[in-house]
Amino acid sequence: MYRYNALDQRIVDERVAQFRDQGRRRLSGELSEDEFRPLRLMNGLYHQRHAYMLRVAIPYGLLSTAQVRMLAHIARTFDRGYGHFTTRQNIQFNWPELPAVPDVLGCLAAVQMHAIQTSGNCVRNISADHLAGVARDEVVDPRPYCEIMRQWSTFHPEFSYLPRKFKLAFTGATTDRAAIKLHDIGYRVRRNDAGEVGFEVWVGGGMGRTPVVGELLHPFLPERDLLSFTESALRVYNELGDRKDKYKARIKILVRRLGVAEFRRLVDADWSATRTPDLDLLPGQVAAMAAHFAPPAWDPWAAEGDVLLAEKARTDRGFRDWLAHNVAAHKAPGYHAVVVSLKAPDAPPGDVTDAQLEALADIADDHAFGEIRSLHTQNLLLPSVASADLFAVWQRLRLVKLATPNVDTLTDQICCPGFDFCSLANAASIPVAAEIAEAFDDLDHLYDLGEIKLKISGCINACGHHHVGHIGILGIDKRGADFYQVMLGGAEGDDASLGRILGPAFARDEVVPAIGRILDAYVDLRGEGERFLDTVRRLGLAPFKERAYGH
Amino acid sequence: MATEPRRIIVDRRLVEDAWQPVADDAPLPDGPVIVSRQRWLSGALAGRTEVGARYRPDEDPMEDAERLGELAVIALEFPAFSDGRPLSRARKLRQIAGFHGQIRAVGDVLRDQILYMWRCGFDAFEVRADKSPEDALAAFAEFSVDYQAATPRRIAEPG
Repeated sequence: MYRYNALDQRIVDERVAQFRDQGRRRLSGELSEDEFRPLRLMNGLYHQRHAYMLRVAIPYGLLSTAQVRMLAHIARTFDRGYGHFTTRQNIQFNWPELPAVPDVLGCLAAVQMHAIQTSGNCVRNISADHLAGVARDEVVDPRPYCEIMRQWSTFHPEFSYLPRKFKLAFTGATTDRAAIKLHDIGYRVRRNDAGEVGFEVWVGGGMGRTPVVGELLHPFLPERDLLSFTESALRVYNELGDRKDKYKARIKILVRRLGVAEFRRLVDADWSATRTPDLDLLPGQVAAMAAHFAPPAWDPWAAEGDVLLAEKARTDRGFRDWLAHNVAAHKAPGYHAVVVSLKAPDAPPGDVTDAQLEALADIADDHAFGEIRSLHTQNLLLPSVASADLFAVWQRLRLVKLATPNVDTLTDQICCPGFDFCSLANAASIPVAAEIAEAFDDLDHLYDLGEIKLKISGCINACGHHHVGHIGILGIDKRGADFYQVMLGGAEGDDASLGRILGPAFARDEVVPAIGRILDAYVDLRGEGERFLDTVRRLGLAPFKERAYGH
Repeated sequence: MATEPRRIIVDRRLVEDAWQPVADDAPLPDGPVIVSRQRWLSGALAGRTEVGARYRPDEDPMEDAERLGELAVIALEFPAFSDGRPLSRARKLRQIAGFHGQIRAVGDVLRDQILYMWRCGFDAFEVRADKSPEDALAAFAEFSVDYQAATPRRIAEPG
């Protein structure tokens, strides 16, 4: 992974000092709360329902074991012993005290981490395919471009006070696992017929109040032009985006208002006037960055462990279930990518304790080249585990409740913090997730239901991505009581689509039984081997609506 | 009654401001003045050499590109410190229009944003009246390095 040089380190160190002074000026009254708010937000510090919340950046989801151990230390020392992984591949701490925050930032800086631009109206943490570098269907590793963009966007003087937040995502594979069409700008790294590297650029996607699937801005942007073209797109947005109404301020609204053709014309006009060779990406720069992401020393004989692995799988049902659901294919023979499920039945989705983080760091050091990643599904990943190590990894993960074999099943839910923590939320979300985990705890039933992406948000800001859940649940407030809208048929990825609302919202005690009836309808209606999403797409909402409302 | 000359930041130093801002309904005094874009374009200052024009954030100075050479100062207004439009305006003035005069930040100009303004091409800052301009000077020293070396500046960094 990327290692800081002296300049990178100096920037995060100076940021810690700057924030320490800003916090001092806030506490002394030199800064009003209105003046302090955007400053603390650009350092990831929110004020939540009960306390401050600090969101720490995990650039494109990559973590070293030293970093994971530091996150455990922070959870133990400054929080209540746990952290929460988010859908942007970041981690949040829910209970830091304001005077201690500069010290937390200091701890992060010591392991080349920070909280820069994890909130605020600026370019946010860049997300990427969690299988980057190990996926079989990868054409170009996107991580060097992610790091180039991370540096370019960090404290960008022109784009730190945009109309609204700005999210970028990268994939370099043929299958989109980074939801690039649901980002302000999404990039797919590809090669043209001549073998040259370039980017398919998607603009104006997003969720929130007005969910939109992005539009194609450029079919093949040459590698050299990545930064200059992106600057022009951001400049057009900075100058023309809505600044009066925050709900109309995202770039998706501007692109929709202008039309993508006119937006493209404005970007091209700015680009032809402003592009400078200084921003050109040169092949040597890209190669130097790519060297940071060279693969670890995979054992060329690792496939020799496959025979023993198959034997273990044959004789141990629990191990077999875990292999089938939590372990993904890897491009190197005899290697596997292991999803570490943070969806144990008795813990909120995405939550992890200090002890779990430390155990995972030990496992990664012993069996996975010290690499850990965070996923947008609020799980973690050991990207490279050899066949011969899988059984030991499973046993050790099980000891710390990190081996729930439910990845991509109904209980692998995405869930925002909701009313339990968040001051924006209208309704609780974690208790709904807990009830679903309890109601669907039978593995055979879960496996029979197959791949289902269930996503829960506690308000229309859609941090739980409910619009793109095969089943989406949105909490709303009806005269002081929690109600839940259910939507079906959403998806992210190559066939991205937005879910459609089934009908009137369900009361708190009705929503999980209604989900149960929807799934019963699916079991009755599905074709041979047909996924839930495909059944919904084939039949539409009507048969599910009929069963869900019982008429 | 003599008023104390206002102190502003120019090229990272505190100086007494030589320029007088003039409202649209006020008579034009002698000496260097900064007037609204409309007043300047109306021709009311024809023949003067020390003229500055003030732009609201919804007014793009690039629309007046052919006449910008008449101006010694372009003042870009921040209606709120969180409104980043003038940052792009300044960048384009330096990079596309090649404007070599002073670009001045006026309005809700605060310490915690002026380093970004400086790096986008602003070189003069009227810090909001209730804040200390001395304190604001410290902002220039908060970061010694940056990732966007390509951003245009009008003058070389001191030292």
